[in-house]
Amino acid sequence: MEERSKAIQDRIREKAKELLSKKEVDLVIGFGEWTLPLRTTPIFIRTPEGAEDLIWNSFCENNLAIYLHKFSQFKVGIVVKGCDARSIIALSLEKRFKPDQLFLIGVPCQRMVDRRRVKKAVKGEILRAHEQGDQIIVEGEDFNTTLRRDDFLYPSCQVCTHRTPMGTNVLIGDPVKESPLIETHPEIKEFEKKSPEERWRFFEKESSRCIRCYACREVCPMCYCAECFVDSSNPKWIEKGFSTSDLEFYHIVRAYHQTGRCSGCGACERACPMEIRLTYLTQKLNLDVRELFDFETGIKADTLPPLSTFEIDDRQEFIK
Amino acid sequence: MEKNWEPKILAFLCNWCSYAGADLAGTSRIQYPPNIRVIRVPCSGRINPLFILKALQAGIDGVLISGCHPGDCHYISGNYIGRRKSATLKRFLEYLGLEEGRVQFSWVSAAEGGKFSQVVDEVVQDIKKLGPARRFVKREDLRGQGVEGSRKNILNT
Repeated sequence: MEERSKAIQDRIREKAKELLSKKEVDLVIGFGEWTLPLRTTPIFIRTPEGAEDLIWNSFCENNLAIYLHKFSQFKVGIVVKGCDARSIIALSLEKRFKPDQLFLIGVPCQRMVDRRRVKKAVKGEILRAHEQGDQIIVEGEDFNTTLRRDDFLYPSCQVCTHRTPMGTNVLIGDPVKESPLIETHPEIKEFEKKSPEERWRFFEKESSRCIRCYACREVCPMCYCAECFVDSSNPKWIEKGFSTSDLEFYHIVRAYHQTGRCSGCGACERACPMEIRLTYLTQKLNLDVRELFDFETGIKADTLPPLSTFEIDDRQEFIK
Repeated sequence: MEKNWEPKILAFLCNWCSYAGADLAGTSRIQYPPNIRVIRVPCSGRINPLFILKALQAGIDGVLISGCHPGDCHYISGNYIGRRKSATLKRFLEYLGLEEGRVQFSWVSAAEGGKFSQVVDEVVQDIKKLGPARRFVKREDLRGQGVEGSRKNILNT
């Protein structure tokens, strides 16, 4: 894994340098070193020399597609994992990009490490962390622990079925073997077996922690509405306060607005300061859309979004 | 739960078919339960899921959405789009834990006065069995009490 990561890193830098030297793009968006352990940071490279700052490892968790909304005037190169590429294809279905505006540098994803679970697995502040093969070495002031990487993956990464990015201009590394859908989403199936009361209690408990910081909305590439429904005063859908009902309303609607659009990247859940479970909502919607309309977000670049179209024989057994 | 509780049900009826069908039920003097409050919309495709959620939040016990039969939409394809939205919303709300049967859907044409009254009858029976809406209802008495109020709400429901 270490050699693979290093090789990929070198080729990303090479490609970015090439694109910037030849002025094929105005800037390259990728991942760079960050001062905190277990994290990287999005970086914006504008010169060929700057390409040396690009890195690749199992902490490259961000979905970089959100930054594309800011750079609509420029030709942009962007490093994408599977989920990021799906977000970009979903955005292109909604006509957010001009043709040929983007250059996608695709990297088949090895699944990202859940920094929160790693923090909980050790006692004390983590000062340094690095990857070694399929392990993570975590160091603090008075501890030095080795953890198995595959035990500490994000929930959204564990259920990912398309880790190889699609629609890319260049693919760095070989496509990875995808998990078949039948093995994924056991959490949803288990959850559905619970009684409605239990499910509601769980949702109520999760959403009660919400502080309405909107980090989930800000980090989601698909949330780009000029006026979000929470800010609408005419009609006023929800209030800005902390009533349980409003908190639930916010999460129900934010998830529902992703129907047929969510790529399942999990950025919302990762951004939440209160660690609210959000992907269990969007994953359910993705499963339903797949079952009802045979549609998967971000796979085909030339279809219509599922709620913008219809079939004559759509399912309607629930309608009297 | 009060003994004399009668459910309050909001019915979104599309102007061209379901509302006319409801009107026909009325002019034909067909008796049906008086628990529904009707909101006339131009098409079942007009229904924004937020309408349903806002209604449930306000304490409505049930929501009925009714439109033209597939193929008969006055706007050609509005009810098809509405059908897709309804399918995804219904599944999602039930997954979250809102009781099955609080939000219901039907196709009623302008000539189906009888069917309309039947549908309303069924919906009212279903909601009566479910009881008053408790989940997701906004407690006005806890308004302005911030996080504390939020905690009180959870302990009481």
